[in-house]
Amino acid sequence: MDIHEYQAKELLARHGVHVPRGGLAYSPEQATYRAREIGGSKWVLKAQVHSGARGKAGGIKLCSNDEEISNAAEAMLGRKLVTHQTGPRGKLISRLYLEEAVDIAQELYLGFVLDRKEERVMIVASAAGGMEIEDISEKKPDSIIRATVDPGVGMQGFQAREIAFGLGLESNLIGKATETILGCYQVFRDYDASMLEINPLVVTRDGSLVALDAKMSFDENALFRRPEISELRDKSQEDPRETFASDRGLSYVGLDGNIGCIINGAGLAMATMDMIKIAGGEPANFLDIGGGASPERVAKSFRAVLGDKNVETILVNIFAGINRCDWVAEGVIKAIREVGVDVPLVVRLSGTKVEEGRKILADSGEAVIVADTLAEAAEKAVAAWREATKNKKAA
Amino acid sequence: MAILLNRSTRVIVQGFTGKIGSFHAEDMKRYGTKLVGGVTPGKGGQTHLGLPVFNTVKGAVRETRAEASIVFVPPPFAADSIMEAADAGIKLCVCITDGIPSQDMMQVKRYMRRYRFEDRMRLVGPNCAGVITPGQALMGIMPGSIYLPGRVGIVGRSGTLGYEAASQMKALGIGVSTSVGIGGDPINGSSFKDILQLFERDDDTDAVVMIGEIGGPQEAEAAIWARDNMRKPLIAYIAGLSAPKGRRMGHAGAIISAFGESAQEKVEILKEAGVVIVPTPASFGEVVADTLARTKKAA
Repeated sequence: MDIHEYQAKELLARHGVHVPRGGLAYSPEQATYRAREIGGSKWVLKAQVHSGARGKAGGIKLCSNDEEISNAAEAMLGRKLVTHQTGPRGKLISRLYLEEAVDIAQELYLGFVLDRKEERVMIVASAAGGMEIEDISEKKPDSIIRATVDPGVGMQGFQAREIAFGLGLESNLIGKATETILGCYQVFRDYDASMLEINPLVVTRDGSLVALDAKMSFDENALFRRPEISELRDKSQEDPRETFASDRGLSYVGLDGNIGCIINGAGLAMATMDMIKIAGGEPANFLDIGGGASPERVAKSFRAVLGDKNVETILVNIFAGINRCDWVAEGVIKAIREVGVDVPLVVRLSGTKVEEGRKILADSGEAVIVADTLAEAAEKAVAAWREATKNKKAA
Repeated sequence: MAILLNRSTRVIVQGFTGKIGSFHAEDMKRYGTKLVGGVTPGKGGQTHLGLPVFNTVKGAVRETRAEASIVFVPPPFAADSIMEAADAGIKLCVCITDGIPSQDMMQVKRYMRRYRFEDRMRLVGPNCAGVITPGQALMGIMPGSIYLPGRVGIVGRSGTLGYEAASQMKALGIGVSTSVGIGGDPINGSSFKDILQLFERDDDTDAVVMIGEIGGPQEAEAAIWARDNMRKPLIAYIAGLSAPKGRRMGHAGAIISAFGESAQEKVEILKEAGVVIVPTPASFGEVVADTLARTKKAA
């Protein structure tokens, strides 16, 4: 789960990380009011969306009076910001963050991630801040400093100091940098983060160290014990198709194709999507219905998939272990009758109670295209989709 | 004797009296697993499914000489249960639980290192389908009927995709020595490489099918190890060809976040290491059959 920049900064500030003075605004008027509250003569207005690279997309504006702030806020609010991270649909700007402008002497990079190879929290730092980490590792790989934390004892002071010296900071900044790095680690650990990035961390002309931007993501498996983080969720930043599904306990990822997928198991779901692609089609989504797929759950999955207006065919592929094919078949029929399925539907059932499941489909009299194997299912789905789009064009 | 598990392995269930634990305990018993008891704190002394219930894993080990345990404990308490098993002298722990926080798994992995290598528990999972040695014993949630006993090992992250592979093989009369689900989490107990090492040493396994997916470094690590050390044929499939970068595909671990983690990149790395590639998820059966036929001819 991602949070906004201003939320991340609030968490960090509570743990000894210096951030610029700033305030949240929902309207142009509020933004100008914030400027007077903060004081000074130059401010930066920042669109709060769950994405990096906001500057290039027009989501960050330097302002030096009320009029400029008001105009910039007017232009941003209610608009969708499109960056290379948001995809073409973009993300809605409904909150703005106004900050005092900082006089930058040097930009650094500081990131914390879960390193899957070491199975530990890894700190990545570089004196080449401001660029994205992918670019830093490509263009200035030698500038990257790494350290991992022993989960038994947590991050140690010497590790933070080594990074601070490694960044080439002047001696009067080492103490502040150490405090900043340890503070970030504390936040990462205490709130079960999965990613924390400060880019840039800046040295100002008056010699202080400030987190100019902050990005954080959290381990969704740990939200049960982090209610203060759960509260920071902003559904307006999510794909509405995914919000609908996740609120119903389904694992769904929206994609750009036309063949909707309902599958049990993440691996089989990915494999089925691959098979659709090999057969010449494009999947509209990833959907793992999980174990214990009751008829109601199957019907909910149909609702989630059909919520995407691009879906022109649906493929159901269930290999039942703990699931039962008869329940899935009942769910499919229930969905056809209650939700209404006006696109071709291909169903492949395998595993527990497969005979019963197939019989339910056959006896229902509904127009279900049945497939026996994975390959057949994908081929039939793509063929049905081609047929349907051809008819649509003809009509 | 296949790997990890056979008909004489003495197994306990942690989270024994819960709904899910009970359901699968019965299923495992029916399959032939030597189930000797279970653990539910506070219910020690009771009998459940005709077997003794214990308050602690130590108690269960003392009374039943259990050597393996399967964990069906809910996510907030699962890490604690795994560490309890490690401390009680359990040799193999299979954790089915889905949804354990990553930081808990970091702690578990760190904790397990306090034991000498020879005494250290082997953990399979979490968030996995478990382990099955067809015809002998089941420690997991997979449907036993889709596996034919035989001489090909399977190791995969995904449960249902593993079923798909096993059933395609069964349709061609190819059986399985042991199938191991290592799970879809970013931090797991046993890696692909760990399980390949066991299969390579196992006299009852002739070839191995590895079913990987996008995300993480384990497939590449396994490829390098296999290139340098494995003499048995290794056959691999990587799911997620159509997955976009940066989106988590169901499994917490299935997300492309670094170079070398996409399906295409992993397939390239495996190919270069001389691994036989299964090009589509519909061709597990054929590719395994071809590989076995070629190996036989060469020998």
